[in-house]
Amino acid sequence: MMAARLLPALLACAAAVHAGEAGTAVPAPTDADRAAAAAAAAHEFHDNDVHGMLLWNHLEYVQDHGPALAWDVRGWLGTDLDRLWLRSEGDRADGRFGSADAELLYGHSVSAWWDVLAGVRHDFRPGDGRTWAALGLQGPAPLGFDVSATAYAGGGGTAARLQIEYALLFTNRLILQPELNLWLHGSEDPMRELGSGISTGEAALRLRYEFTRRFAPYLGIEWERALGATASLRRAADTGAGSTRLVLGVRTWF
Amino acid sequence: MHNRSVLSPAALTRRRFVQGLAAGGVLGLGARAAPAAPPGSTLPPAATDFDLTIGETAVNFTGRARPAITVNGSLPAPVLRWRQGTTVSVNVRNALPAGSIHGDATSLHWHGILVPANMDGVPGMSFNGIRRGEAYRYRFPVKQAGTYWYHSHSGFQEQAGLYGALIIDPLEPEPFAYDRDYVVQLSDWTDLAPHALFARLKKMADYDNLHQRTLGDFLRDTRSNGFKATLRERAMWGEMRMSPTDVADVNANTYTYLMNGVTAPANWTGLFKPGERVRLRFINSAAMTYFDVRIPGLAMTVVAVDGQYVHPVTVEELRIAVAETFDVIVQPAGQDAFTIFAQDCARTGYVRGTLATRQGLAAPVPPLDPRPLLTMADVGMAHPGHMDMDMEGMPKHPPGEQHNPLVDNQSLMPDSRLSDPGIGLRDNGRQVLNYGLLHSLFADPDGREPARELELHLTGHMQKFAWSFDGIKFSAAEPLRLDYGERLRIVLVNDTMMAHPIHLHGMWSDLEDDAGAFQLRKHTVDMPPGSRRSFRVRADALGSWACHCHLLYHMEAGMMREVVVAET
Repeated sequence: MMAARLLPALLACAAAVHAGEAGTAVPAPTDADRAAAAAAAAHEFHDNDVHGMLLWNHLEYVQDHGPALAWDVRGWLGTDLDRLWLRSEGDRADGRFGSADAELLYGHSVSAWWDVLAGVRHDFRPGDGRTWAALGLQGPAPLGFDVSATAYAGGGGTAARLQIEYALLFTNRLILQPELNLWLHGSEDPMRELGSGISTGEAALRLRYEFTRRFAPYLGIEWERALGATASLRRAADTGAGSTRLVLGVRTWF
Repeated sequence: MHNRSVLSPAALTRRRFVQGLAAGGVLGLGARAAPAAPPGSTLPPAATDFDLTIGETAVNFTGRARPAITVNGSLPAPVLRWRQGTTVSVNVRNALPAGSIHGDATSLHWHGILVPANMDGVPGMSFNGIRRGEAYRYRFPVKQAGTYWYHSHSGFQEQAGLYGALIIDPLEPEPFAYDRDYVVQLSDWTDLAPHALFARLKKMADYDNLHQRTLGDFLRDTRSNGFKATLRERAMWGEMRMSPTDVADVNANTYTYLMNGVTAPANWTGLFKPGERVRLRFINSAAMTYFDVRIPGLAMTVVAVDGQYVHPVTVEELRIAVAETFDVIVQPAGQDAFTIFAQDCARTGYVRGTLATRQGLAAPVPPLDPRPLLTMADVGMAHPGHMDMDMEGMPKHPPGEQHNPLVDNQSLMPDSRLSDPGIGLRDNGRQVLNYGLLHSLFADPDGREPARELELHLTGHMQKFAWSFDGIKFSAAEPLRLDYGERLRIVLVNDTMMAHPIHLHGMWSDLEDDAGAFQLRKHTVDMPPGSRRSFRVRADALGSWACHCHLLYHMEAGMMREVVVAET
């Protein structure tokens, strides 16, 4: 090999090793060294900058009783450990909001994976507006499940919500996003057809194609079921205890 | 979506070099130091006085014109050639335009060069930076010789092109001979504004990981390893909330790789006559990219590392961490062209150049190697026994790491890994360099045993893209204090699943072998995931010095410390 010819020549040269500074004592610093070591102004750093992200998790056309537009948007603004969160969901059909809510929360990382969130929630629809205090926990659970659990108290009594999301990769672009939503209510609210206890459950499958990481159209199906006392209330009111909807939308973030 | 593989003709077209500076190399606006040919083609003569003007210049590596930051209009910055024993004077003028995306202030840092503290070029540590319209005169005696580089230490300017080669001729004859001498400076370019890339990493740290494991991979693994074993393996990664395909934070999905400031299609070429010995001075000036370098058909004899002579060792391939330099000697013969192939360690892209007997030749370009998949052992999580874990052998982690939301992992079984070629390079059929094969050509220049030991853990949180030492980011950390004149040992433990090249300014990092003896003088020590390595420091430089991960965005995210050397 080439090296066989090259190496002996190099080693021969290497015999003339430069002597180095072996064992030399560290000299006493001079006044010039001291002058050169004078402190400078503080170093500029970027390790605590404020960043932000706005994710339109769902922005979709829904085929239910008639066509509707629905959204699920989440955003954060802040540092690695302290963030202001905005979460909003709702739908609009025939020029009217069927439901619409927004949450503004302060989140703090309490461990590598979990953030504690506290703030307010306002339901604009259905019915008259009402405001809740909110306290929650969110983060990636083991195995890649994204979990968010929030408890609410205020105008409407008490309530709680559990959300679980997952991303199943068929390929790195074709991704199935299963979602599970459970609502609990502390007391009966006949006007909104809500019983106490576990009130509604929602399961959805959305199959998206990530043309880019930021832009992914999807097709999905969503099941909603009223449970327990809520189901009885709805049956009594003849509004149906469940529904199945097709959705077509886009997942995008900035 | 089209296939992003750089091997496809479409991708080559996308990445083709269209126009800009790099075709002709340096524009050289009247600077004494500026060579006329592309950097690396011929080295300029040694000099002592330099005028460098830092400004903004449009470049086009991808089909889009973007504002780069340049020195005397050149990307990379001009090759500076000094002579050991002289005093150099470099006048640096900041001519950045108002409103530049690269900021108002600038700086130059001489990487690996022993200088008085106020010549080291770290704004807010060694001096106050160079503001727009102002100039700063660097003036210091040149104590050492070898291959080095210089770059900005302001914000993200290094990403945008502010890096150049630094060649220092020795006073004594070199312990090897060669007929030709080329700089091969590797780097990574993005059309994104660097601060926008940083913001993207904060939003989605795994944006560039387009090779995550899929359902198909799961089924394949189930067939070969069984369902339970596959599920258990997925559960371990799932428990850590990490992906074994996560080898680099930023890859060729974002980057175009450059060799001496030109892309692979532009094919930087160094000429040789058959039988000549050619010295190649490899410098990794990338912001985030580790390169694996080889020249198919040629053995490379490594004669110097980080500017310092080593016992010659002949290999076919070497991994160059960010900020390292390797001087190799090759003796091309028997064919007219050889490809210098540098692929990124995640196997997403490459840059190539050519050694040829005349301009315009090219040799075959090898395909990218298979993408590596991390194992638990790679990230320091393999246990020796199974159930009977030896608590004595467990590493102690600094208190700052405990219950710290910025720390997502801790190595259970870190070891030096000095003889490990690295992830993706094991058993590839080639002779690959590792640190264990490298020995300085001189004995420990200080000679004293370290009287003190200082341990630093490399920590981070992948999803938050937060990086730190001992779980504490730069902005929240106290400086490390060294006593002037002391000899101490710094022990680094990598608790993350990424590799980090750690650079201490102002003083050498004398890497120790597994027995704790002096082995290799370096300025940048690569720390693979799960590694524990130690180096000796002779605290002979008064002042404040930076110690940081040389992955630019890791440093800016907090993996940095101020090291203060003061008289006692």
